[in-house]
Order: sequence, then structure tokens, then C-alpha cells
Amino acid sequence: MDLVQTEIPEGFTRSAGGGHTEEYYLNMGPQHPSTHGVLRLMVRLDGETVKEIVPHIGYIHRSIEKMAESQSLIQNIHLTDRLDYLSCHMTNLGLCLAIEQGADVGVPERAEYIRIIVCELQRIQSHLLWWGCFAMDLGALTAFLYGFDEREKITDLFEELCGARLTMNYFRPGGCVSDLPNEFIPRILKICEHMKTTLDEYDNLVSKNMIIRERTQGVGILSKERALSHGCTGPVARASGINYDVRKDEPYGIYNRFDFDVPLGATGDCYDRYTVRIEEMRQSIRILEQACKDLPDGDFRSKEKPNYKIPKDEHSFSSVETARGNFSTYVVSDGGKTPYRIKYRSPNFSHIGAINDMASGYKLADLVTVLATLDPVIPDIDR
Amino acid sequence: MTTPDQHQDTPPQNRPQSRPQNMGAFTPEAQAEDTCTKPSFYAYFIKRPIVGAFSLLTGMGITLKTLCNVTSTVTQEYPENRDTLTMPPAFRGQVIMPHDEEGEHKCTACTLCEKACPNGTISVLPMKNIANKKVLGKYIYRFDQCTLCSLCVEACPFDAIRMGNDFEHATVDKDSLVMVLNEKEGRL
Ligand code: SF4
Ligand code: SF4
Repeated sequence: MDLVQTEIPEGFTRSAGGGHTEEYYLNMGPQHPSTHGVLRLMVRLDGETVKEIVPHIGYIHRSIEKMAESQSLIQNIHLTDRLDYLSCHMTNLGLCLAIEQGADVGVPERAEYIRIIVCELQRIQSHLLWWGCFAMDLGALTAFLYGFDEREKITDLFEELCGARLTMNYFRPGGCVSDLPNEFIPRILKICEHMKTTLDEYDNLVSKNMIIRERTQGVGILSKERALSHGCTGPVARASGINYDVRKDEPYGIYNRFDFDVPLGATGDCYDRYTVRIEEMRQSIRILEQACKDLPDGDFRSKEKPNYKIPKDEHSFSSVETARGNFSTYVVSDGGKTPYRIKYRSPNFSHIGAINDMASGYKLADLVTVLATLDPVIPDIDR
Repeated sequence: MTTPDQHQDTPPQNRPQSRPQNMGAFTPEAQAEDTCTKPSFYAYFIKRPIVGAFSLLTGMGITLKTLCNVTSTVTQEYPENRDTLTMPPAFRGQVIMPHDEEGEHKCTACTLCEKACPNGTISVLPMKNIANKKVLGKYIYRFDQCTLCSLCVEACPFDAIRMGNDFEHATVDKDSLVMVLNEKEGRL
């Protein structure tokens, strides 16, 4: 039997064995703990050095965009929970903003503040989960438990707010489902205060740890040009030095009223992606403190309607910054009860395309590091 | 085989070695202590192991502190604390139809909840009572299909249904998940 495979598998630029008989193909996933879901990476290896990576996606495709065409706009909100399940408040908000734009719905002042507070809490929650999983992928189980401990406090808040811990379904066009429960704001401020000391502890535990540093610094570099051409957004792009944050550049809601910085990295390696996310948590705490201070009284939702209709041939578009990057929603209406077409643009899809640029040339263990710092959410890629 | 490998046949050269400047706790002092990328003999063989060992000890100190701090215990002994465990009032467990003391529910069989449900979980089967008025016959709820979105509860104009707080739904019989929520037909 011919042991050297001469046929090039789909997606690869060169066959294994072409001059290098040590080269071979390896499947990482679809069931692999560090791919964070059902993602399959096909890798061409030379010994332990990664030469080329071809990601295969679609293992949990649920055709949510097609399903959207048979559901009313309100019913679609609970489907957006199932895209990026760690940023579901933000994805809910994305669709709600698009509906508000198309159906011309106003939002009360208090609801705008509630939205900001809830979204920033969710960003911290998502980054805490990422922080724990990142450390676990690199072999530090303690940090995983610490991250989940803090995350639990925020998840408990969400459970009291909207009754769910993961699939929130909390925002509606024109506001939110319910008002904040009693004693919510003092508890958020307490968490903020606690998080500040916890983040310093995290720095001592993981960021300054020599093993973590040696495994992340100078590994998985994504240059600014490649990040731009792949359409990377969010922390991945900012770590490569691209100063783009939807909250700053195209402010939605009332983000332009808050004072916060956009952390940037210099080299675009794994350590930069790490530090950018840690710093983003600190900036979210800053936003939370400002929003909690200014939270006005009033309605939490403008006049409720059983369904919202977007006029015929109206196109509405919104972009929000999820914990992973730019999440955009594009709604086309034919004037009926259900949308004619909804298109979601998810940040993770672009990031997974850039993985060949990031991880090829490094060792196989570094591929796990790169994947951990990308923070992919597979249902968001496949939809 | 003829296609050139555009990517990384040789390891990437000119990899930038600098670190981002001054981000949060990553102060310039902390940066100066960062010896990983400096190739000199002193930095690599003397300072690096010392700084590295110190960083590991700092981390161990944190874990030791947490280990000794009994107040930091967050684990809940779940099946044992079942009696004291309460869910927040907003918790979305499953759709229930509350009945008052006389066993009456508030549903008028208007089917608004059925229309609001995104996946056909609810079937409202109306019937005619003696006065030829439309009343509720059977309120069928298929829990195995429900996504717990609470859109039906929001749609109900009479507050006849709400989301319950029960969360232990495991069962070995799938048929038991299809339930009739109203205790008796009709309404006063
Ligand atoms: S909670 Fe949602 S899915 Fe379940 S019955 Fe109500 S509307 Fe349908
Ligand atoms: S539960 Fe409420 S919405 Fe559903 S049929 Fe009864 S009264 Fe109407």
C-alpha cells in the first residue's frame, strides 16, 4: 500500500510528503476538549511543527437564519440567544436595535441604561469564562475554578434579572422584559469593587506566571495587515493593534456618554490577546460604575406590542460589540409578519479563518494556545 | 505538490519582540522584569529562573490563601440542600397554570399564547359549555419541545399561565413530558 498520500486534501496548498516524508495530516477535533465545541481542525504536521491548518466547520449547523424566516421578529430574539451563547444579551440587543430602526420604536432612557449595564456585566462574565478556559487549556486547572467562581456571582444576578443563566431572552424592541429587581445596583457595585481586587489576583496567578508567559509571548502572532484582511474584530483585532471598537467608532445605544478606553496590543501574539481581554474587563467595570451612578428612574419599556412589523422593502442594519467582536444583524422585510431574510455576521467566523496565519510555523501545543486566545464559540460560527 | 506553500515553510522571521506598553496592572516595572525575550546570559540563566520561581510561588500563595480561607467556599452540596434551595421568583422553569382554592384557572382559551409560541409547544383546545360559550377544554403543553423563552407568559392577557420555579425535570419516560395543564375543563 502506498503510505505516502499524494492527493492533496481539500483546502491544503501542498501535499504532505512532497519532499518531506515526515509530513502527515492530523485531525484535531471535532471532539476535542480544547476546540471548545465541535470544531474540526485538519493540520499538516512536520514532526511536531504545524505547517498548515484547514478548519472544517458546520458540525452544529442549525440553520437559524433560515428558521428566522418563519418566525416573527419577537420570536426571533430567543433564537439569537443560541448564536453566541456567552454574549446573548449583546446578540439580543443586536436584533432589537435592527427592529427598532426598521419599525421606528423609541427606547426610554432607563431602558438604555439597563441595556448598557446588562451588556457590560455579560462582557465581564464572558471574559471570566474565557480566562478560566484559557488557563485550563494551558494546563492550569486552579484558574478555571477561580474564573467560574467569579462568573457564578454575575450569573446569579442574571438569573434573578431574567430567570435564565445562559439563554437570557431579556431585551425587547423598545426596552427590556422587566425592570431591575430590588437591590440590583448595590450588588453590581459590590461585584465591581470585588472584581478590581480579583483582577489583580488574577494577574499574580496567571498573567505574571512564567510558564504562561513563555507559552504565550511571541506565539501565534497575527499581523495587523492579516488581521484586517481576515476581517478580525474585537479583542483579536485590538491585540494586533487595530483601534476598532464598535462601542467607540459607531456608538449604539448610549455608549457615547461613557468614558472608557480601548486597550490595544502591539504585536498581536497570544499574550497580547490575553492582556487586551483582561484590560477590557477593567474598562467594563469603569462603564458599569458610571452607568450605575447615572441610572435614571422611569419606564423600562416603551409601549408594548405583541409583534413589530417592518415596512415593506425596508432594510435595517445594526452592529454591536459582543465579547468577541463585531456582531451585525441585517433584516430585510417584505412587510409581512415574519422577516424576509435575516443575516447575522458573527465575529468568530472571521477569527477561525485567521487561524492558519496565526498558528502555522509553531508547535502543535501552540495551536491549542492560539485557539484558547481566540475564544471561539462554535454555535456562533455555524449558526 | 506544485503549488508553492505560501505560508510557513521556513519559520517566520522578523517576529516583533516588543511587548505592549503599560496596560493596567502591566506596569512598566512589571515590563522591565519581563526577561523572557531578552537573550543575554545574565537575563536568561540567572534572572529568569529566579523571577520564574518567584512568580510560581506568588501563584501558590494565592491558592494557599484561598484554601485556608473557609469563608471563600462557594460549593453547594446540591442533593443534600434540596430543602433549603430556593430559586429566584423570575426563574424560568416550566410553564404552569396556577389554580386558586376552588380549583379554577384564569384561562379563557383565547389562544394568544399558542400563537406567541415559536415552536408549537402549546395547543389550546377550546370547547363549548352549556351556555354555548367558548371555554377551555384542554391545555396541552409539550415540555420536550419548550425552549423556556416565556413568550407565552408575556402574551397572555389574563395572567393565566406563568413560569414555574421547579428545575428537576429529568425523566426516563418522554411521554410524561406532554402534559395537560388545566385540572378541569371549562371555567366559571
Ligand atoms: S416558554 Fe416559549 S417555547 Fe415554551 S411554551 Fe412558552 S412560548 Fe412556547
Ligand atoms: S393561557 Fe392566557 S393566552 Fe393562553 S389561551 Fe389561556 S388566557 Fe389565552
